[in-house]
Amino acid sequence: MQAFTTLTGIAAPLPLANVDTDKIIPARFLKTIKRTGLGVHLFDTLRFDGAGAERPDFVLNTQPYRHAEVLIAHENFGCGSSREHAPWALLDFGIRCVIAPSFADIFHTNCFKNGILPIVLPREVCDRLMEDAEMGGNARLTIDLARQVVVRPNGEEVPFAVDALRKHLLLNGLDDIGQTMQRAPAIDAYEARVRQRAPWMLGITAT
Amino acid sequence: MAATAKTLFDKVWESHIVEQLEDGTCVLYIDRHLVHEVTSPQAFEGLRLAGRTVRRPDATIAVADHNIQTSDRSQGIAEPESRIQVETLERNVAAFGVPYFPVRDARQGIVHIIGPEQGISLPGMTIVCGDSHTSTHGAMGALAFGIGTSEVEHVLATQTLLQRPAKNMLVQVDGQLAPGITAKDLVLAVIGRIGTAGGTGHVIEYAGEAVRGLDMAGRMTVCNMSIEAGARAGMIAPDDTTFAYIEGRPYAPKGEAFDHAVEYWRTLPSDPGAHYDRVVTLHASEIAPMVTWGTSPETVLPITGVVPDPAAVEDKAARVQMQRMLDYMALTPGQKLAEIPVDVVFIGSCTNGRIEDIRAAAAVVRGKRVAPGVRAMVVPGSGLVKLQAEAEGLDRVMLDAGFEWREAGCSMCLGMNPDKLTPGQRCASTSNRNFEGRQGPGGRTHLLSPAMAAAAAITGRLTDVRELT
Ligand code: SF4
Repeated sequence: MQAFTTLTGIAAPLPLANVDTDKIIPARFLKTIKRTGLGVHLFDTLRFDGAGAERPDFVLNTQPYRHAEVLIAHENFGCGSSREHAPWALLDFGIRCVIAPSFADIFHTNCFKNGILPIVLPREVCDRLMEDAEMGGNARLTIDLARQVVVRPNGEEVPFAVDALRKHLLLNGLDDIGQTMQRAPAIDAYEARVRQRAPWMLGITAT
Repeated sequence: MAATAKTLFDKVWESHIVEQLEDGTCVLYIDRHLVHEVTSPQAFEGLRLAGRTVRRPDATIAVADHNIQTSDRSQGIAEPESRIQVETLERNVAAFGVPYFPVRDARQGIVHIIGPEQGISLPGMTIVCGDSHTSTHGAMGALAFGIGTSEVEHVLATQTLLQRPAKNMLVQVDGQLAPGITAKDLVLAVIGRIGTAGGTGHVIEYAGEAVRGLDMAGRMTVCNMSIEAGARAGMIAPDDTTFAYIEGRPYAPKGEAFDHAVEYWRTLPSDPGAHYDRVVTLHASEIAPMVTWGTSPETVLPITGVVPDPAAVEDKAARVQMQRMLDYMALTPGQKLAEIPVDVVFIGSCTNGRIEDIRAAAAVVRGKRVAPGVRAMVVPGSGLVKLQAEAEGLDRVMLDAGFEWREAGCSMCLGMNPDKLTPGQRCASTSNRNFEGRQGPGGRTHLLSPAMAAAAAITGRLTDVRELT
């Protein structure tokens, strides 16, 4: 996983609530067996018309937002399907950070696993960042994960919260599977206790 | 002893903690891992690249359901990309030793139908799948939730997940459902009440007389759609209805082991006085047959209602979004819901693809004909549901009425197999999501119960099923 330390980039405004993962990437593009190459399908129905031509009014089809690295949205971003193809598509397009008043739980977790930082900020703050984003290429946002601040174009620093463990993994680009595997003795001990107490819990073929 | 009183969720959560880390994150043990073809290829690939194995193949079960066709499959999967994905799953389960129900096995079906059906999903367990509707299995009294592909890989490798505890939410439905009102109406009413983000960060426990009165199929329908209320999971305390359902299922404990299990399962229901972070109460008698009008499951109203008017919405962003929904759905404010014509009727999915759902639809359809110009289809949730329905003659009832009778799978619930809406088509669907394009690009979805879907097929428009029976 690519580490996330600081990022200075263009932010795209997407003032929509309940952006579901079907909208981020429709199911018909989930037939891939890879994690990469999904950026071309990001927001497919918002970005392209039925004939595959770009919709000129969609934010990511306009300059400078074709190069956006941050996305600002409204409440409940990433709701619906658990598909990790959604963060994969965002990442492949170049988005490394999404800022919204709230996120759906599974999408929120999926972001961290892929080096994308989801930041929760109150709606009023998001609205101000949305205004910054609307200023285009002259108004870059800086996200500093170590210090946990978003720096607005006017220099104002907006603090945000993040879980300590997730921050650590993200800052260092660490694979949490490797970390958990070091806890194998504790997992072994847990399984031994279940085998004693309720063997039918352990395996599907156990009974 | 209110201080130590625990909820069902607390009990299942606490009994699965392997270790608690300094920041409160828990290493949570996972009892059952269900795997399907769409969200697993990259996880198995990750294992391979890191030289890792599946820690507990015997606690894992795989099946293909999302992108297989539901027409004849004797010649295999027709669509090349879908075939590659299913073949990839088959290669992966063979290489890693994971049990698998092949496409032509009668036990094949939608992953959330077959878990309970086979006795794989049991009370008190932690159950995960790379699929948000894993919440379905919470009907057993399990903690069951959807995960992303990276987490699928994490579970395959370690049989655990790194999780922080959710908050507890109680949805209490008092009184009894009126005749003709189903579990689907109940859960749509709940989502309408709390909204699509109302359960975010919470596990919902459904309780109250109306919930107790549901059979297991109905409880699964309710828990299934917890994710549509934003909740991590939905749970219902196990009781005699649960135990009677489980007994004798192929992978359920047998004999003495079953008795021991029941003894344990009886300790799971929430203690009196247990604390919930949020409580929502509904009265069952106020729930009517429900139908969605927009492109979010929270946009739901009784069938007796009318399409809402954006002009009446104060918040500008919300008003714009409602107008966008109405444009997409091609509806006008004030239009009666019961006058909206439909082109397609879809009965199936992990929400409503069980034998009880097909029985409910058949009861409405029996002796009637599908309206001219309407395409109506029944897609059983598993091969075994299909066989059971055929043994009861329900396939004949549906076929004689003009329905298609198809092979098990996710089908038209999501637009990734040949069963899709075409742009502009309007569908009365028993599935769980009415998002733009969910059933095919440009398709328009109205969510409702199997009985309501059957009624719509007969009249050719959204219909109050109570008028037909
Ligand atoms: S039936 Fe629909 S919701 Fe259920 S698992 Fe299949 S695609 Fe997902």
